[in-house]
Amino acid sequence: MTLQIELPIVERERGSLMSRVTVPDWMLTTLLIASVIGLCQGLIVTGVVSKYVMPLPSSIPISLWELVKSGVLFDNALTTLMEAVSGFAIAAVLGLTLGALIAEFRMFERVFYPYIVALQTMPKIALAPVLLVWFGFGPGSKIAVAAVISLFPILVNTIAGLKSCDSGRLDVLRALGASRWDCFRMVRLPNSLPFVFSGLSTASMFALIGAIVGEFVGANKGLGYLIVQANSQMNIPQVFAIVLVLALLGIAAFGIIEFCRRRFLYWMSEE
Amino acid sequence: MRPKLLGYPPDGGRSSAAAETGLAAASPVSPAIAVRGLAKVYQTNAGDTVHAVSHMDFDVDAKEFVSIVGPSGCGKTTVLRILAGLVGGYSGSVSIGGRVVHGPTPEIGVVFQDANLMPWRTVLANVMLPGEVLRLSRNECRERALALLKLVGLEGFENKLPRELSGGMRQRAAIARALVHNPKILLMDEPFGALDAMTRDTMNLELARIAVESGKTVFLITHSISEAVFLSDRVLVMSSRPGRIIETIRVRNQRPRGLDVIATPRFSEMVLHIRHLLEGEGAPASTVTLAH
Repeated sequence: MTLQIELPIVERERGSLMSRVTVPDWMLTTLLIASVIGLCQGLIVTGVVSKYVMPLPSSIPISLWELVKSGVLFDNALTTLMEAVSGFAIAAVLGLTLGALIAEFRMFERVFYPYIVALQTMPKIALAPVLLVWFGFGPGSKIAVAAVISLFPILVNTIAGLKSCDSGRLDVLRALGASRWDCFRMVRLPNSLPFVFSGLSTASMFALIGAIVGEFVGANKGLGYLIVQANSQMNIPQVFAIVLVLALLGIAAFGIIEFCRRRFLYWMSEE
Repeated sequence: MRPKLLGYPPDGGRSSAAAETGLAAASPVSPAIAVRGLAKVYQTNAGDTVHAVSHMDFDVDAKEFVSIVGPSGCGKTTVLRILAGLVGGYSGSVSIGGRVVHGPTPEIGVVFQDANLMPWRTVLANVMLPGEVLRLSRNECRERALALLKLVGLEGFENKLPRELSGGMRQRAAIARALVHNPKILLMDEPFGALDAMTRDTMNLELARIAVESGKTVFLITHSISEAVFLSDRVLVMSSRPGRIIETIRVRNQRPRGLDVIATPRFSEMVLHIRHLLEGEGAPASTVTLAH
């Protein structure tokens, strides 16, 4: 005997106008930015918005070119970059070491963890003025601010990554009588890398923020200092030009971390 | 291939002949595994006491294939973890090769329910992992790993990552890994539980062959009665809560057996007998699976 089943035929819904017209995404993205710039230009040219408040979009590239030509931009960008990278490096070394100690040793966890939880909720950027007093007017205080605020994402993610280790994989090593160090380097550490990299990615952004805020508080060099200077002279196009440069630096930092992540996490399946 | 697989001294230093006679001389009569009066009590977080295992006595002889069947939660896994040295705090005594167990020993290879491969290591590097932990010679370990990958049918997959393998292939790699340091005993905790029925049958045939070819003592935990009967020299039937052995069934057929034994009336009788034993213990029928 043959069993016969008839399944109801569901009629496919007809797509709306939007889903039927296919426009490449990049076109929509470009269109959006072009219309925002166009709108700004229009509002300022027609005098609806004062050009002292909002620069003419067309004046930003001119301002940027002047900064590049005079060599001011390169010099100050290098200072800021050095501060951010140094702060990030200090935070990475401290965060990874401290994170590993806290995740591995109960004693460290009991001593440090309550403070880490407490400090994590505190806006650490508020320490910037004090750090200026402690570490001076030069790059030291900016490196300190960058390090302090980028430390936490690395620390917290390292702890979470090391603690999230799958017990089944650890059992494989334990059943062989592996030492604690072998368990750490062969299972826990590689297992924590996805977490560590997400921490490093966030921290790289934070380090740049730290360096800029440090320069806002008090400096005589750097892109943050340039922004404060231009702002006080009501040179709004220059402020925007520097912000643009900072955006590019941020994108570059993210790109480098992402490149490293792909190199180290080759074994993760692509989403 | 067989002498090569056997001829791997566990300490990596002595010659194979010396290693074998040495170990044989150390324990001329003692069984591979000896369990006496084993009992394990757990304390739950809520403060209740759970008798996972109580008063178990059994031996496993060298090169013997012994399975434990029993309902879920009867303490099978606890027994295996105690044998592997992963669980302590039990009463009674457990000896491996005549020596009392005080923790993990390289004389044992364990295959867990999940393959537990390291996703960042290639198949070959995963199989070589025990060699690194036990500080064995890298070249010898590599050679053995390649031979074992051939034995489990993973030739050509040495440089693949675990995510590129199917569930059955990962479990094969895990078996190769458990054998790479040439342990005398292979402990397996429902190694094929997560595989589909077809793959499972294939893996059972492979395991039957590997067990005989490698000459290991195998202690297998399983849910499947027919799997146990098909593979084992002896089947220990466990009751649940507290876990203890209610009967031992000897299967006299020569190993490895072909799948055709499954179709014989004797086989069905044995399976049915064990099933009744388990049901008599009040185990819900659903926890006892019959593959055929």
